[in-house]
Amino acid sequence: MESSAADTRALLTSPPVGGPLWRRKAFNRVMTGLIVAAFAIALIPLFSLLFEVVKRGLPGMSWEFLTGTPRGIVGGGGAAHAIVGTVVITGVTAIISVPIGILAAIYLTEYGGKGRLRRWLTFFVDVMTGIPSIVAGLFAFALFAIFLGPGIRLGLMGAVALSVLMIPIVIRSSEEVLKIVPNHLREASYALGTPKWRTIVKVVLPTAFAGLVTGVMIAVARIVGETAPLLVTTGIVDSINTNPFEGRMQNLAVYAYSEYRTPGVMKQASYDRAWAAALTLIAIVMILNVVARLVYRRYKTEIK
Amino acid sequence: MESSQATGAPPLAAAAGPRRHWGDRAFSGLAIGAGLTVLGLLAGVALFLLIEALPAASASPDRLPEGKSLVDYIAPLAFGTVLAAAIAVLIAVPLAVAAALFISHIAPRRIVLALGFLVDLLAAIPSIVYGLWGIFVLGPAAVPVLEWLEQKLGFIVFFKGPASATGRTMLVASLVLAVMILPIVSAVCREVFSQTPRKLQEGALALGATRWEMIRMTVLPFGKSSIISGSMLGLGRALGETMAVTIILSVSGIVTFNLISQANPSTIAANIALDFPESSGLAVNTLIASGLVLFAITLVTNLAARAIISRQNIQ
Repeated sequence: MESSAADTRALLTSPPVGGPLWRRKAFNRVMTGLIVAAFAIALIPLFSLLFEVVKRGLPGMSWEFLTGTPRGIVGGGGAAHAIVGTVVITGVTAIISVPIGILAAIYLTEYGGKGRLRRWLTFFVDVMTGIPSIVAGLFAFALFAIFLGPGIRLGLMGAVALSVLMIPIVIRSSEEVLKIVPNHLREASYALGTPKWRTIVKVVLPTAFAGLVTGVMIAVARIVGETAPLLVTTGIVDSINTNPFEGRMQNLAVYAYSEYRTPGVMKQASYDRAWAAALTLIAIVMILNVVARLVYRRYKTEIK
Repeated sequence: MESSQATGAPPLAAAAGPRRHWGDRAFSGLAIGAGLTVLGLLAGVALFLLIEALPAASASPDRLPEGKSLVDYIAPLAFGTVLAAAIAVLIAVPLAVAAALFISHIAPRRIVLALGFLVDLLAAIPSIVYGLWGIFVLGPAAVPVLEWLEQKLGFIVFFKGPASATGRTMLVASLVLAVMILPIVSAVCREVFSQTPRKLQEGALALGATRWEMIRMTVLPFGKSSIISGSMLGLGRALGETMAVTIILSVSGIVTFNLISQANPSTIAANIALDFPESSGLAVNTLIASGLVLFAITLVTNLAARAIISRQNIQ
């Protein structure tokens, strides 16, 4: 009996881990150092990448790069067609994805309750976020090839492929911000006799507006630089095409890839253009990310 | 699910009375329609891939690319896919867990948001840029390391060599994949690490634990399943990542564990990106069949990850 009491006392007073204090403290410092070092290592690629993109992208960056096209120019020209393509493809993707995404999020937070459809949707949206981008591209290709023949390449196909990637992101972020709209706002609106749909349109959505915009911008930033799905759906082209329903189209990422992949006679000039396109893309992505966060900070409704 | 009662679905769903406004019916119809569209889209992905893959499955081997049967064609690619992704996860997970710990428990409060933003930036960079960085910067920089590995560790099957002179090897491709999946693994871990009950952490500290001992005894056990599920989400991402591998890896159709030589197995995604633009006829169907296999592999990985996460949420 006595020994068990001693055991208990020892357990209560002993430090949780054995060894002298100085050694435990030293170990603590070593582990802390390792964690900090690992964090620093994780960020090295980020800084190296940003540095290299700026360094290697600037030589190719020029007025001609931003406004010209390679059409009729051997081993030269600009990326205007790719910039236009990026804008059109991304725009059409957003037109498809934003309404579907936000409405689905409204269903999840406002109408779903605890129903089966709600649980299924939540689950499958998670699954959808994991679809590889190339698979989304193949899906869009298969869809259009069945109806329009296998040689088809359209801006719209690319937009459909990117929508598969963008819709789940929009749903996730919209759901988050709709969830934090306080219930008493809805109840006050019901108490005034407002129908539910007017409550959603006039009370819930305006309250969540800044968050919705931020979510959409970050989703756009995620798909604007996609390459793989467009490689199999929109093809490669060298002149400006603004019509997503007809003919091939190219975005900046695919342009960068094709300049790298099939460089002209002057190899370095092609590589310069690939890096300049990468720099343009990074700039677009960064601006979208930063502006999205500023919008949220500036316009978010204070929720108490 | 208490939180959804407090703020989410309104308890007064029937507030508008038994006779619902026409606008209500239309609007809820729209919302349900959007939800069904999303489910339909996912089903469509599986369905249309299947339809377009079938011709390749039923065709005789000698009409397929390389004159191989479908299984023989896809198997080496699937091997390369899994190998590249597995190495990427092995490299990324320790770094990601450490980065998550740093942000959730070690970094000064004031800069936590900024640090989180930096890690998230890694996820925002387009894969094409990672590809260019990998082949022009990391690859050449890695050559001396690859040679060193061949000389010193050449007896291990992974480093048998001969070391590539360009750095376009499996190891470099996996390194870039690791960088690309690090933010997602880290984000999942960070989320859960920062939810470790305060009383546990403070209890450990009050009992005299150092900060590392506190982390080891409370945060890591609490976050164990998040590390596993985060790793699997990262694995899913790495399996399907296309452009970085397409650009960096110098491929040949072989199956090898040698990570540092010029001859590497390709991955399913990279193979599609390389061959699809120049393919026609049955070759296209074959590539789509391989895409279907990739879809199935990532689906299983993601489902497993989600199952672990949801089990953890219940607890």
